[in-house]
Amino acid sequence: MEPFKKVKSIITPLDQVNVDTDQIVPKQFLKLVHKSGFGKFLFYNWRYDENEKIKPDFVLNDSKYNNSKILVTGDNFGCGSSREHAIWALLDYGFSVIIAPSFADIFFSNCFKNGFLPISLDQKIVEKLQQEVDIIEVDLETQIIKTSSEEISFKIDPYKKKILLEGLDDIAQTLQFENKISEFERKSKVPSVL
Amino acid sequence: MGKTLFEKIWESHIVVEKQNGPSLIYIDRHLVHEVTSPQAFDGLRMNKRKVRRPDLTIATMDHNVPTNDRSLPILDQTSAVQIQTLEKNCKDFGIKLFDINSPNQGIVHVIGPQLGITLPGTTIVCGDSHTSTHGAFGALALGIGTSEVEHVLTSQTLWLEKPKSFEIKVEGKRKNPHAVTAKDIVLSIIKNIGTGGGTGTVIEYRGQGITDLSMEQRMTICNMSVEAGSRAGLIEPDEKAFDYLRGRQYTPKNYESLVDNWKEHLKTDSDAKFEKQFTLNINDIAPQVSWGTNPGMTCDVTESIPSPDEFSKGDPNQKKSAEKALEYMDLEPGTPITDIKIDRVFIGSCTNARLEDLIEASKVIKKQKISTNVKAMVVPGSQMVKKEAEELGLDKIFINANFEWREAGCSMCLGMNPDILSPGERCASTSNRNFEGRQGTGGRTHLVSPVMAAAAAIKGHFVDVRELDLS
Repeated sequence: MEPFKKVKSIITPLDQVNVDTDQIVPKQFLKLVHKSGFGKFLFYNWRYDENEKIKPDFVLNDSKYNNSKILVTGDNFGCGSSREHAIWALLDYGFSVIIAPSFADIFFSNCFKNGFLPISLDQKIVEKLQQEVDIIEVDLETQIIKTSSEEISFKIDPYKKKILLEGLDDIAQTLQFENKISEFERKSKVPSVL
Repeated sequence: MGKTLFEKIWESHIVVEKQNGPSLIYIDRHLVHEVTSPQAFDGLRMNKRKVRRPDLTIATMDHNVPTNDRSLPILDQTSAVQIQTLEKNCKDFGIKLFDINSPNQGIVHVIGPQLGITLPGTTIVCGDSHTSTHGAFGALALGIGTSEVEHVLTSQTLWLEKPKSFEIKVEGKRKNPHAVTAKDIVLSIIKNIGTGGGTGTVIEYRGQGITDLSMEQRMTICNMSVEAGSRAGLIEPDEKAFDYLRGRQYTPKNYESLVDNWKEHLKTDSDAKFEKQFTLNINDIAPQVSWGTNPGMTCDVTESIPSPDEFSKGDPNQKKSAEKALEYMDLEPGTPITDIKIDRVFIGSCTNARLEDLIEASKVIKKQKISTNVKAMVVPGSQMVKKEAEELGLDKIFINANFEWREAGCSMCLGMNPDILSPGERCASTSNRNFEGRQGTGGRTHLVSPVMAAAAAIKGHFVDVRELDLS
């Protein structure tokens, strides 16, 4: 995984609550067996109509947001299905940070496995950020978001921060505990399935 | 202070505990399917890693399989490739697979308990959010993403933050348990606590309203825990749970000694404290029908579509969300639920496609035919459910009423296979999610119980099933 670097970009405001992973990547695109190229499917049914024509009033279709790396959205983002394809699509499209008042649990944990930073902030602050038109800076190292007018600090679990900053392979970390896992298995009474 | 059942299972599975941050938790059972696993197996190959415990890993194909004649080839090439990929991965890594021709094939959350793979007190994961279903047996069952699938395949563990404990007490007794079902209980809960009400928690369902339920009904309740945002939902296992798993194909040989141990240990202590609580009294609850685009947008069958103001109770974001939902669903506030006409009926999914669901739905039919304007299908949750239902003659009841009777799979719950709604079609569905486009782009989903779905198929619109004779 690539180490997470400071992000400077304008924000894309997606002013909706309870955005579910079926909207982030509709099911017809889950048949693929690789991780790459999901960006074109991001919010597919909101970006395109039944005839695959662009819906001009959807925010991602506004060209001024083309190079935005920061999505700012509503409560309970990423609810529903556990599909990690949702993160692969957001990343491949160009986003690397997502800011919302809250996230669904599985989506939140999927983010950190892919070098993608979810930031949870107070509703009022998120609403204000959605109005921001200038470039903002997200610095994970210092845990500070700089806007044209203020600095906003955010919280993150220290282990998750380390994983992102160093781009660590989660599994390699775990395998350092091989002895502990084997010891647990020797004591465990759980029967095999077969 | 005493401990909750969840805390006991959690503590007995800690491999590594850190002062701050997540714990490394051992996973006893890993269920794998075709959609969320190919990239995980790719990761193993890239890093030259093996599956640590193939003996604790079971695979089946459910999300993407066609539900028509199994002897026909799969026409969609990308679907066929995904299914072949699972076959190859299971072969290469030594994992037991129940493939499309296996009598054990079915929706992963239906076959786990049916085969005796699901066990009380265990940790169970699957790359699917509805893994919470297995909590009905007192297991800690979590839905995970593909990276975590890879992590479990390699290490049989997961780094997890300890969720908070959430007690949902279901009190009282339903007057008509054939008409007001487990689905109506869980939809009532979600309607009350909201789709984010359980975020960061593991729900333990307690009270007479829960202990009265059969195992299959309890699975319906736990299944939809994730629709309230919870990591998992579980129920203290009792004799009903132990009986259900006894003598199944993969029930462990030393089952009775395991049961003795579970009876002693798998309980929430009387002085245990939960971090969050909610109580629902079910004495007077009505059959539920969702009207919007998330499962919290639900009302009684006797009610009318609420206005965005009524629904949102002053929250501007919820109001906007209700307006968008009503537009998508093409519904006007004030319309009685029973006036809503439907085009399609889907009886299926890991929520409501077990034998009991099909038996209850079949009682509604009583030699009637479905409405001429309606297309309806029954998709049993597993090939075993299908076979048992056919032994009871249920297939004939449904077919004679003009329902389609299909092979097992997830089918129109998520519409990955050819079973989808056309744009604008309105469906009474026994599944778990009414998200925009979930059952097909532009399709409109109303979540209901199996009896409500069957009654809607007959009448062509929603009806209050309490008015029918369901004996």
